[in-house]
Amino acid sequence: MTANANDEPFSVKDCALVTIATGKKAQNLKEMRDHLLTIHLGSVYHHFWGGLLRPRFDEPEYNNDFAEWVHYALQDNILAERLSVIDPDRFVSLDSLRQKLLEVIEQRLDEIETVVWAKPEMQFHFLRSQMVVFDTHGKIEEPEELVEAVPKMSVGSIFYHFIDARRRSPQMMDDFRTWLRSFGDDELCSQVAAIDPYFGSLVELRKQLADLFAKYFSRGETG
Amino acid sequence: MTSIQDYVAVTGENVIDRLRQLARPLRGTKVVHVNSTYVGGGVAEILSKLVPLQKDLGLDARWEVIRGEEAFFQVTKSFHNALQGVPVQLWDGVFKVYEETGAQNSEELRSTLEEADIVIIHDPQPLPLLRSCPNRKGKWIWRCHIDLSHPYRPVWQYLRKYVMEYDASIFSLADFAQPLPHIQYLMPPSIDPLSEKNMDLTPEQVQATKLQFGLDPARLIMLQVSRFDRFKDPLGVIKSYRLVKSFAPSLQLVLAGGEATDDPEGAAVLAEVRNEVGGDKDIHVLLLPPDAHVTINALQRGADLVVQKSLKEGFGLTVTEALWKGKPVIGGDAGGIRLQIVNHHTGFLVKTPEGAALRARYLLRHPDKALEMGRIAKELVRQNFLLTRNLQEYLSILVALIYGDQERIELQLKAAP
Repeated sequence: MTANANDEPFSVKDCALVTIATGKKAQNLKEMRDHLLTIHLGSVYHHFWGGLLRPRFDEPEYNNDFAEWVHYALQDNILAERLSVIDPDRFVSLDSLRQKLLEVIEQRLDEIETVVWAKPEMQFHFLRSQMVVFDTHGKIEEPEELVEAVPKMSVGSIFYHFIDARRRSPQMMDDFRTWLRSFGDDELCSQVAAIDPYFGSLVELRKQLADLFAKYFSRGETG
Repeated sequence: MTSIQDYVAVTGENVIDRLRQLARPLRGTKVVHVNSTYVGGGVAEILSKLVPLQKDLGLDARWEVIRGEEAFFQVTKSFHNALQGVPVQLWDGVFKVYEETGAQNSEELRSTLEEADIVIIHDPQPLPLLRSCPNRKGKWIWRCHIDLSHPYRPVWQYLRKYVMEYDASIFSLADFAQPLPHIQYLMPPSIDPLSEKNMDLTPEQVQATKLQFGLDPARLIMLQVSRFDRFKDPLGVIKSYRLVKSFAPSLQLVLAGGEATDDPEGAAVLAEVRNEVGGDKDIHVLLLPPDAHVTINALQRGADLVVQKSLKEGFGLTVTEALWKGKPVIGGDAGGIRLQIVNHHTGFLVKTPEGAALRARYLLRHPDKALEMGRIAKELVRQNFLLTRNLQEYLSILVALIYGDQERIELQLKAAP
């Protein structure tokens, strides 16, 4: 393995999220479309990724809050399926993700004859979140240390380094790859890139990463 | 006094470590909580725990209480009911009493409040204090613990003028948030795992409580803990019990609630309940004093079936308490109960007495499944609804208000103010 060109350790951070009500609510699809036109982009982010930080007990039926609401509150499964396949990881910006949402919803509005209303207690609340990032003072000097360090990371650290990093990095890359690239280990980077961040919980993501690093570096030892 | 270290046994070292890290930039920050009573009620109960823990984490936290005459508390009680949707009758001079008491309290509290970095005003009673502190240097937050989803408009319109001047609000659920010109944080309520109501009890204590109230410890117990209030549907619970009893003849029902002497509607509902009970010796209606925390704890731990069949519910902390004790809960499909009960995982959401009976029979028939659901239920509360999570959110909100309003606040990158 080549030396880290930046000679900088991986600084393990953690984050805490607080949820914020935007005050915007939708009771039918038209209202959802209208709010989406102007809603804070942080709300689009929250409703795609925030579910990862909520408790989950089984595989969610749909992978974002918009699809879930359309399924449970409007009972429009056609639209729910179309919304659920939107993969936020594939959009270069939150605004382009917003445009995609609008396109799918407007297409559905053209198809349906009547607008279905959700019950008052089933309205969609547009939320967003604020993230406080703090240093755990954990430092990883060499890639091999990831084998020990990743299983001990909190889910907040996994969210910050593996999910939120994509919004911070110009290449939409997680922090692990950004750091590992400086060691020139392309194979490990491509294996990390193959982990789908969108399906599964943060605990599962942590295990996937831990298993990957353990397998990769033990191969080096035995080989 | 409880210290933050005491919670390690419940939450694990990592959670407490995170709190310490998060609190580090807030060391020495002057935080003042203000409410209207030191004893009684959920807010005082939370503050009695929260403030010492904030101090233990290095914040310069204190708790102040406003004082007022009986007339003031009559006004604020009527405001409280109005904010929860009751169309109250307002009498002449009602606003004058409210404003004058606020002004009187500000004389005593002004210097403390103006010096504070953060002032957290709990519920509507102390709201006018802000206007009496023109030289305030910190941020002011209104923490609303009330279900504000459908407020009685004339009262909300009056109080909103005060709320609008604050820097932020905190509501328990998204449903309760209102159109306001400042940032509105969401923070569900929490329970304290070390309090008398939730601490571990020995099997002997649980057994003794059952015997104390004439319950047969050898037989099945179905329990609902709640005020005698129509929205808690006690008559629906009795109907469910009767439907289950035909399949499980040993079943006993306990309806445990507070005394209703000062609540005319509560007394009427209690009379209806007693009428419905008739001569059924297996239904136990328990009127408990407000400090019967250990009794409620023991009843929840000793129950085979826990029900909270509310038709309307703010959050439903009795659900949280039962889940924490490893009991799957059969709950009404309403309000905050939906946040806590995940069908087939932590309990069942039901709409009718028949639905509750069906789920009760299921849990009695599948004790292994009930045990597993109880295990998941406790984990749900551990991760989401304990006081330590509440503390983490308070710290995050304080950091956010002090260090800036951007979406991502990187503490290490910014100098302390």
